Amino acid sequence: MSISLNPWVWIAAFLTLSMMSFLYKDNIFYKIGEHIYVGSSAAFMLIYLWYFDVKPKLIDGFINNTGFSRWILIIPAFLSLLMLMRFVRPVAWISRWAIAFTVGMGAGLGITGLLQGFLVPQIKATILPLYVSGHSTLMTIYLSLNNILLILGTLSAIVYFYFSKEHTGPVKKISQIGITFIMVAFGASFGYTVMARISLLIGRVYFLLHNWLGLV
Amino acid sequence: MGIILPILIFLYSPFKGVKAFDTPDDGGGSITIKWELLKEDSSVMRYDVYRYESLKDTGVLIGSVLRGSNTYQDIGTKDGKQYWYRVAAIYPDTVLFSNLSSPAVSKAQWFNSKTKASLFILLFFGIVLFWFTEEAKKGKRTYIRKIAGLEAVEEAVGRSTELGKPILFVPGIGLINDITTIAALSILKRVAKKAAEYESRVIVPNFDPIVMVAAQETVKEGYTESGRPDLYNENDVFFLTSDQFGYAAGVDGMMMREKPGAIFLQGTFYAEALILAETGHSVGAIQISGTTSVTQLPFFIAATDYTLIGEEMFAASAYLSKDPLMLGTIKGEDLTKLIFIIIIGIGVILETFGIHIISNWFSIF
Repeated sequence: MSISLNPWVWIAAFLTLSMMSFLYKDNIFYKIGEHIYVGSSAAFMLIYLWYFDVKPKLIDGFINNTGFSRWILIIPAFLSLLMLMRFVRPVAWISRWAIAFTVGMGAGLGITGLLQGFLVPQIKATILPLYVSGHSTLMTIYLSLNNILLILGTLSAIVYFYFSKEHTGPVKKISQIGITFIMVAFGASFGYTVMARISLLIGRVYFLLHNWLGLV
Repeated sequence: MGIILPILIFLYSPFKGVKAFDTPDDGGGSITIKWELLKEDSSVMRYDVYRYESLKDTGVLIGSVLRGSNTYQDIGTKDGKQYWYRVAAIYPDTVLFSNLSSPAVSKAQWFNSKTKASLFILLFFGIVLFWFTEEAKKGKRTYIRKIAGLEAVEEAVGRSTELGKPILFVPGIGLINDITTIAALSILKRVAKKAAEYESRVIVPNFDPIVMVAAQETVKEGYTESGRPDLYNENDVFFLTSDQFGYAAGVDGMMMREKPGAIFLQGTFYAEALILAETGHSVGAIQISGTTSVTQLPFFIAATDYTLIGEEMFAASAYLSKDPLMLGTIKGEDLTKLIFIIIIGIGVILETFGIHIISNWFSIF
C-alpha cells in the first residue's frame, strides 16, 4: 500500500468522493464539488471556444487567408456581432436573425444527412426476401424467420408513429406489435448502456484504489 | 539526365497507364490516381505513390496501398495547382517505377452527382409537405391522434402549482441547430403558457448559450400570450455550463434544492439522461421526458412518468401549437411513411421472387 503524495491526486479523490456522496443525499461536500465542477467547466468552455474556435478560425483565418477564403469570414463575424446585440436592450431583437440562420442551416444540413445516413439505408436493409434458402432446413427456417421478424418489426414500428389515424382496430393491433418490437430493442439497449456505465464506475473506483490509495 | 531518366523509364517500364484526375463530386483538395495492375501483382508487396509539383521535382512519397489495389486518393492538394504522379511497385527485392502521369488539377464541384436520387426524394417530399401545409392553411381540418405524454402536460403543471413548487424544464444538451432542441422549445412554450395561467414559476437551466437565448424568447412569448408578461423572470432561464456532466451535476443540485413539482426532460440527452431522471424521481416530481436519442429512451421510459418517443416529440410540437403549418407537416410526414411502407412491401414481395428492381434502385444512393 502506497498512498499518493501528489496533492492533485488528493484533490481529484476528494472531488470524486464529494460527487459520489450525492448517492447518500445532498450535502455540503456535494455542493462544493458541484459548484467547482460547474464553474470550472463553464470557464474551460469559454477558453476552449476562444482558442479552438474564434481565434484560429475567425481571427487568424482573416489575417492569414487571402481572397475568397478571407472575405467569406465576414459573414460569421457579422452574425456573431448580431448575436452580441442581445446585450444592447433597444436592439436585442436583432440577435434573432443569427439564431434563425443557425436553425435554418442546422435543419437544412440535417435533412440531407438523415436522408442519406438513416432513412435510405434503413429502407434498403428492410427490403429482404421472406424466404431464404440455407444449407439445411434449420438454417432455411432461421434465415427466413430472421428476415420476417425484421420486416414485421420495421413496418409495425412505422405504423406506431403514424399520427393521422386513431389507433383503433387493425391499426391498433399493428402499432401494438410495433411498440413491442421497440420495447425489446430498448431493453437490449438498456442492458448494453448499463454495462458501459459500469465500466465508467470501475474507472473511478480504480482511480481511488490505485492512484490515490495504492491498494491495487 | 533529369529529363532523360523519366523518358527511359517510360519507354522500357512494363508498368504504365498511371492516370491522375480531379476527384469527382468533392469539395476540392483531392486528386485520384489510378493505374493498371501489373500481371505479376501477386508478387508485389505494395504500391507507393509519389507526387511531383513540377517536372524537375524529385517527388515526395504521399502514401501506399497494398497489392490488388489500383487507386489512391491524394487529399492534400491545393486547388488550381498542377501535380504529376508516379507509382512504384515494391517487390521483396526490387522496385518498379511507372511512367509519370499527365498533370492533374484539383477543384471543387458545385454539385455531387452521386446524390441525385436524394435530391429527387427531397423534392418529392418537399412538394408533399408544401401541399399539405397549403391545405392546412386553407382551413382543412387536420386530425392528429392523442399522444399520452402531452395530455399530462397540464396535469403536471397543475400539480406543481397546487404543491406551490416550481416547474423545471431541462432542454437537454443539444445545440440550437438540433431539430430535437427546436421541438423541445415548442413544448417549452406550451409549458410556459400553462405556467403563466397558473401563476407558476418555470426554471430552465441551459447547456448552450444560444439555446438559452431562444429559451428566454420562448418563455417570454409563452407568458405574454397568456396575458401575464409581468410574471416572466429572465433570470429563471439561465446558462449553466457547456460541460455534459457539469450540467448534469448542476441540474441535479437544483432538483434537490428547488424540489420542483414537475420536471420536463425534453431534448437531446446522452449519458446524463439517467442521472437526471433518477434524481427527478427521488424528489417526487412528476416527470415528462422526450428525446430522439435512441440509447437514452430506455432510461427515460424506466425512470419517468411519461415519455415522448422519438418522432412523438415532433408531433407534440404540432399537436400543442395547433399551428396549421406544423400540422400540415405531420400530415405530409405520415403520407411519406405510408409511401415507404408500400415501397418496402412491394420490394419484399419482389425480392422473395428474386426480382431486385427496388433494392437495386436504393443501392444507387
